[in-house]
Amino acid sequence: MTPVLALDKVTKSFGPVEVLHGIDLALSAGEVHALIGENGAGKSTIMKILGGFLTPTSGQVLLDGHPAPFRSGPEAEAAGIVVIHQEFNLAPDLSVAANIFLGREISRGVRLDHTAMRAAAAELLDRLGTAIRPEARIRDLSVPDRQMVEIAKALSRKARVLIMDEPSAALTHREVDALYAQVDRLRAEGVALMFCSHRLDEVARLADRITVLRDGAVVRRALRGELTDDGMATAMVGRELRDIFPPKDTPAGEELLRVEGLSVPGAVQVGNVSLTLHRGEVLGIAGLVGSGRTELAEAIAGLRPSSGTISVRGQPTAIRHARDAAAAGIAYLTEDRKEAGLLLDKPLTENLTLAALDRFGFRIDRARERQAMADATRDFDIRAASTAMPAGALSGGNQQKLLLAKTMLTEPEIILIDEPTRGIDIGTKQQIYNFVRALARAGKGVIVISSELPEVMGLSDRVLVMRQGSLAGEVKGARITEENIVRLAMGLGREAEPA
Amino acid sequence: MKRIDLHLLGPLVALVGLFILGALLNPAFLAPANLSNVLARSAFIGLIAVGMTFVITQGGLDLSVGSMAAFLAGITIMAMNALAPFTGENWGTILIGMGVAMAGGVLAGFVNGALITRARIEAFIVTLGTMGIFRSLVTWLADGGTLSLDSGLRTLYRPVYFSGIGWITWPIIVFAIVAILGEWTMRHTRFGRHVEAIGSNDRVARYSAVDVERVRLMTYVLLGALVGLATILYVPRLGSASGSTGVLWELEAIAAVIIGGTALKGGRGRVWGTVVGVLILSLIDNILNLADLVSPYLNGAIQGVIIVLAVVLQREKRSAE
Repeated sequence: MTPVLALDKVTKSFGPVEVLHGIDLALSAGEVHALIGENGAGKSTIMKILGGFLTPTSGQVLLDGHPAPFRSGPEAEAAGIVVIHQEFNLAPDLSVAANIFLGREISRGVRLDHTAMRAAAAELLDRLGTAIRPEARIRDLSVPDRQMVEIAKALSRKARVLIMDEPSAALTHREVDALYAQVDRLRAEGVALMFCSHRLDEVARLADRITVLRDGAVVRRALRGELTDDGMATAMVGRELRDIFPPKDTPAGEELLRVEGLSVPGAVQVGNVSLTLHRGEVLGIAGLVGSGRTELAEAIAGLRPSSGTISVRGQPTAIRHARDAAAAGIAYLTEDRKEAGLLLDKPLTENLTLAALDRFGFRIDRARERQAMADATRDFDIRAASTAMPAGALSGGNQQKLLLAKTMLTEPEIILIDEPTRGIDIGTKQQIYNFVRALARAGKGVIVISSELPEVMGLSDRVLVMRQGSLAGEVKGARITEENIVRLAMGLGREAEPA
Repeated sequence: MKRIDLHLLGPLVALVGLFILGALLNPAFLAPANLSNVLARSAFIGLIAVGMTFVITQGGLDLSVGSMAAFLAGITIMAMNALAPFTGENWGTILIGMGVAMAGGVLAGFVNGALITRARIEAFIVTLGTMGIFRSLVTWLADGGTLSLDSGLRTLYRPVYFSGIGWITWPIIVFAIVAILGEWTMRHTRFGRHVEAIGSNDRVARYSAVDVERVRLMTYVLLGALVGLATILYVPRLGSASGSTGVLWELEAIAAVIIGGTALKGGRGRVWGTVVGVLILSLIDNILNLADLVSPYLNGAIQGVIIVLAVVLQREKRSAE
């Protein structure tokens, strides 16, 4: 049977860097295809090529066996290929119904037929088992509800091919069940489905066919049941999994940070969290997206209002602003380096010194700034054509290294790093892991927040697991295993008994 | 390391071109008296535009500056007139008047800035409101007419506008000093760097422990102080203020900033560019008055074309990157 949509020896280069190397992939009607791989393995690039948002550098996209060089997303959508992106594509001020029918409004003459659109939207939402009202404004909906609207919107497109990027990342358990039911229904209707996921249990539950990517190439193809969770993880990460992390060779020293009863109000609440951090220690914080990890870290860094007490080196310290945290020697590396970490349109040097400008005199000493940039370039191995180039022109890995250098210029003792290696290639990851351990070796305390379990496990001396805004538990030493962390994160009570 | 950027030099080239054009069209253009006049009249808008550069660079806007200048001129004149019977018609009284203008400017800027940063109201809305308030207040204080400085004080105060070092009058000197200090502050101080960072991405600035609210507030206070300074130089010119003083100054100041290459969306400020922008606008006005080619009534139209052209050039630069 001819696949509905296929990639034939597709490569993709951004500038001089080839990120996809000769990918062959086929999506068939009535089949669910899972694309798995680490961050930066090339999953999103493949999805964007399939959805018409990127064109391959070489090779071709085949629709029903014929070359289909889509030039844009809408062009691919007209051919029945619908993509649900991880970032939502909804107009926040329009109603749910208006969003579902955006661009394909039902009308009678020139007048929009609101009744028909609301009825059709209600039926779609009903099929998804949600209680979202078609008249509700997107702005007023929770993140999982918005995800359901995205799925309803895709369903209304009568897709032949449905591509989903991390569809369940923002959903609760009940909503995930509704999503799975829809996937089963669409498969039965003969739709070709593909999705990316970090949840291996989800892959095992849904996928008829699994393709594993690593560093831009397919490293494993399997049918349902051929791969265990462990097998998938090993294939994704490759043999060097155990080698990329530096040894955990720094003993914990005196207490640097003590947080007691910290609560953070907001959309994602954090309630009554207590923790300690010692010199020479790398403390991991694991948990699902939306479990309050970032909110906790931002509160400690003075970026969010919070209640509770924070003591630094034994002294209770009031932290109300980021500069209070900076004065106490606390630095936070944001997970969102493009929107909160770096000024993408400014030169590297101005980015490097922004948080530590008071160290460069009232009249900014350009010579010392240049020296600091040269030091950072060497110490953090930042690869840039020129320090005058804008930070946005750096690769993701070099941006992350610049952000790390920028943060270290303030000479903090307590460093909170949120998603240290998001969207970064494996070589740079290893460098960053080494930096993290080097900080601990220098007597600093490091908190690492990550959605990538291998990373948390490989880096941390101790791991705290968060779930729904609270601490679900702590594991340390030999008890730091994927199973123990996942059990805590999913609310399955205490960690498993050691085998 | 640095490439020569034609878009950056564009305003400067335009200024030189206008200068040559002026000299060719009418020899009187190059007379010191004419140049002195052009520069001195540029000084009011120029001082305000330097402050406006900081406000726009951090991502803000201030529409109230023209009305604020009129209001400050009004209360300065009233204060001096009221004090003269007690303190005499002397420099002491004038210095107190200057103090009123400066303090009033700082306070007005603080009110604008506090409403924007503390009450978190859009800069456009706040300053649209205070623009109306200041304008209305000065009209009310003048009872719909004109507030005039008493003649003795006026005679004493006049040289502040009309004399100086040779044909380089005090307003020109003050403008030059403020422009140099402004450029230095934007380029070489933490404050200037923070202003650019906030305009570029205020979230990044906040995450870098920059006190975003305070820096924003300070730009409005700085602008208010410069409006006060402009008022001090403006009052001796006519010795009066009315409801029509300083009308459209805010738009001229904003236009000068934009022509000078500062991005309206913030993040990139060029004080020297603003100075060039102010001079371009004044030269167009002066040349139209001296030459018979085009009616001076078309001044506004020509300035309008220049502003739009400047923004088009800015956008082409961005898309070329």
